[in-house]
Amino acid sequence: MRFLGYTLANEDETPTEPPNPELYEKMGAFVEEAVKAGVVVATGGIAPTSEGARISLKEGEYTVIDGPFTEAKELVGGWALMECRDLSEAIEWSKRFLGVLGEGEVRVRPVM
Amino acid sequence: MSATDSTAAIEAVYRLEFPRVVAVLASFVRGDIGLAEELAQDALVDALRQWPREGIPAKPGAWLTAVGKRKAIDQFRRNRTLDQKYGELERTHPPSSAEDDFAFTTPEEIDDDRLRLIFVACHPVLPVPARVALTLRLVGGLTVPEIARAYLVPEATIAQRIVRAKKTIANAKVPFEVPEGADRHARLDAVLEAIYLIYNEGYSATSGADWLRPELCYEALRLGRVLAALMPDEPEAHGLLALMEFQSSRLTARTHPTGTPILLVDQDRRLWDRLLIQRGEAALRQAESRSTRRGSYTLQAAIAACHARAFSADETDWAYVATLYDELAQATPSPIVELNRAVAVSRASGPDAALPIIDALVEHGSLERYHLLYSVRGDILERLERYDEAAAEFERAAARATNDQERDLCLQRSRATRARASTT
Repeated sequence: MRFLGYTLANEDETPTEPPNPELYEKMGAFVEEAVKAGVVVATGGIAPTSEGARISLKEGEYTVIDGPFTEAKELVGGWALMECRDLSEAIEWSKRFLGVLGEGEVRVRPVM
Repeated sequence: MSATDSTAAIEAVYRLEFPRVVAVLASFVRGDIGLAEELAQDALVDALRQWPREGIPAKPGAWLTAVGKRKAIDQFRRNRTLDQKYGELERTHPPSSAEDDFAFTTPEEIDDDRLRLIFVACHPVLPVPARVALTLRLVGGLTVPEIARAYLVPEATIAQRIVRAKKTIANAKVPFEVPEGADRHARLDAVLEAIYLIYNEGYSATSGADWLRPELCYEALRLGRVLAALMPDEPEAHGLLALMEFQSSRLTARTHPTGTPILLVDQDRRLWDRLLIQRGEAALRQAESRSTRRGSYTLQAAIAACHARAFSADETDWAYVATLYDELAQATPSPIVELNRAVAVSRASGPDAALPIIDALVEHGSLERYHLLYSVRGDILERLERYDEAAAEFERAAARATNDQERDLCLQRSRATRARASTT
């Protein structure tokens, strides 16, 4: 079963400075472990909403709003598609990811 | 006890850690894989007792391994039969060793042990069904009931198969190592074969009501990903992975809602999984960049890639497919490969070029009972406007079809070509 895991945060609270080398190294090792376990199918990062746009269609009218847009919580940072046998495995991998990060929030959802 | 450390969470952690724990323990007890599995299970019993109280440790794998190793040493000491192997263990791991010493295994060492375990589980000394069962159990980490369910056989059958396999490995004194030198190639082939057999059992199930059993495909895919990550320099490990990624991309397009199969040329290609195709392409690049001569999995993957790149059968680069089948026929000659080559040649260069290949196969006789031989010949004859002969071939195909859908399709084509024969 495939799961999408993604980090959620308030955009204005997330640190803007790049991760320190130690965290970088730890995260690299973690990703390597997850790949070698056959879990990571795809992974990627995502830029802040200020670099994106919001597009909607209502009653035949398109509306395009440039970022930034503030939500209570946004998809921030990164996402990973994981191949897991069930939700509890996906939860465990998410816990490990957060363990490396130190703090944060991850949501996992099954991909249909 | 927090909700997150519930039994379900502990079992998930255990399942994730099991393949690595069992590999490191197997290495620790000098390749006694039966003992390693028991030790890992005993460690789980301890975990289920301690973790709900104390929380899941920060490094659960190291914890489980340490417990397993301690139990091994206790057991050796208790038995005191002290054959040479145990004596050696006693010397290298004196009783005063701290638990931390046991627990400290580098990620590289764990990878090496996993790879060794894969090669032992797929050792040619074992019959093929035993290799498959042992690989799913020890490398994939599936339980006996899970394997039994996937193969639609009683649990006792799988349990017995695994027990016997472990005995055979022990009796044959199979060393716990990745083979180097002369037999490395054959041993790697045995590993690739076992994984691909698991895949194929899922992809075209040989028994049971369901034609597809995707969970076996995903287990094999996972094993293929693990193997390619552990042996990045082996082109055929990437080749097999690429082939499985490509084939998996078509899983949902491969059957009607009723479960009847849909042939590749008739599939709705918009249903193909683009992500898996991308992964297939990436793995294929890895394989091809490392091979001087492409192996059979890499060639099959390259053929699968040609189909994946085209949005319809007509858009397919049939000339390249034909070349690849040429190469495949040289690497692993087989009548099925020849038949597929004939199809590709007929698409690439026309029916005239393909007919001699098919006729040679008919003469050879090895596919005599295979309906596709006749339907492919019928197809080629139809395109040559030899309708009477074509209709006769479709009837031959119908007589040899293995299911009703195939039979109906052949009879339908036979009627259609007969009708054209009478109008020309």
